[in-house]
Amino acid sequence: MEHSGEQHHPIRVYLVVWGLLFLLSTTSYLVDYFEVRPRELAWFLITAFALLKAGLIVSYFMHVRFERLSLVYAILLPPLLILALAAFVMAEGGYVFDVRALFFGR
Amino acid sequence: MAQQTRSLEDRAQTWPRWLRDLVADWSSDQQTFKVNWGKAMMWIFIVSDMFVFGSFLSAYAAARLSATLPWPDPAKVFALHIGESEVPLLLIAIMTFVLISSSGTMAIAVKYGYERHRAKAALFLTLTALLGLTFVGMQAFEWTKLIREGFRPWANPMGAPQFGSSFFMITGFHGLHVTAGVIYLATIASQVLRGAYEKIGYQRVEIAGLYWHFVDLVWVFIFAFFYLF
Repeated sequence: MEHSGEQHHPIRVYLVVWGLLFLLSTTSYLVDYFEVRPRELAWFLITAFALLKAGLIVSYFMHVRFERLSLVYAILLPPLLILALAAFVMAEGGYVFDVRALFFGR
Repeated sequence: MAQQTRSLEDRAQTWPRWLRDLVADWSSDQQTFKVNWGKAMMWIFIVSDMFVFGSFLSAYAAARLSATLPWPDPAKVFALHIGESEVPLLLIAIMTFVLISSSGTMAIAVKYGYERHRAKAALFLTLTALLGLTFVGMQAFEWTKLIREGFRPWANPMGAPQFGSSFFMITGFHGLHVTAGVIYLATIASQVLRGAYEKIGYQRVEIAGLYWHFVDLVWVFIFAFFYLF
């Protein structure tokens, strides 16, 4: 079976994505630079900009937007498990902090 | 492609039966991913690497949340002195822009490859590798600066000792990926220039691009969660 599988897109697409990535990086740097408060708002903005950047890179630079669904699901669904890992170890981190505070007094 | 398959079948006639059956089961005309095998394999590698970096960042979150000493403020740790003033995270911001730019040149190299513009594809691949090299150079500068200031994987003068282990582990592993990527891209660039892909197609440039964009993708999360949080 022969699949050419070549990705042909106008150069404008890449330049627009490149510009957006620059813009989003600058904005997230400025959020830190001007010390946006409350911190929760800063964290939310930085995470949102990072997810937008990741989406742009994966969709357009890595061409996932133009791939078949069987490949897209195989690529994008398994990494969601990392969120579960992060949630568990972060809860554990908070617990370890409490235990340390209790037994070491800090 | 078809010719290679046939010659493999011919050779298989001399193999023991169990080996022929095993190979036949794994190579029969069943196909889930309708892309060339190199691309599918690179995606499998990338997904596994996502788990590696996902685990590193999760471990960093756990270490930071459980640290009883104050976490060193990255804005201060990574500040650069420009004349009289101190600019927070300046080098990191420049490194981010360098890596994003290298992703842009990489995407353009893939496009020129598929359009059979050999010289242009090789030029943009070389440009991408050079930007990657710049990134690694700045990272080496950053490491040298921190180590001179007394940062170690087990201790540092600015607070929680876990900072050092997280920093050196995560940025070190990422820097290793960038270094490997520079070598990878240089190899692909020289092959493009030699015309090695004129017959077999330029898929390998796109596959190298997938790796390179992934390295940039990881940096997006390191930049956000390690440096900006």
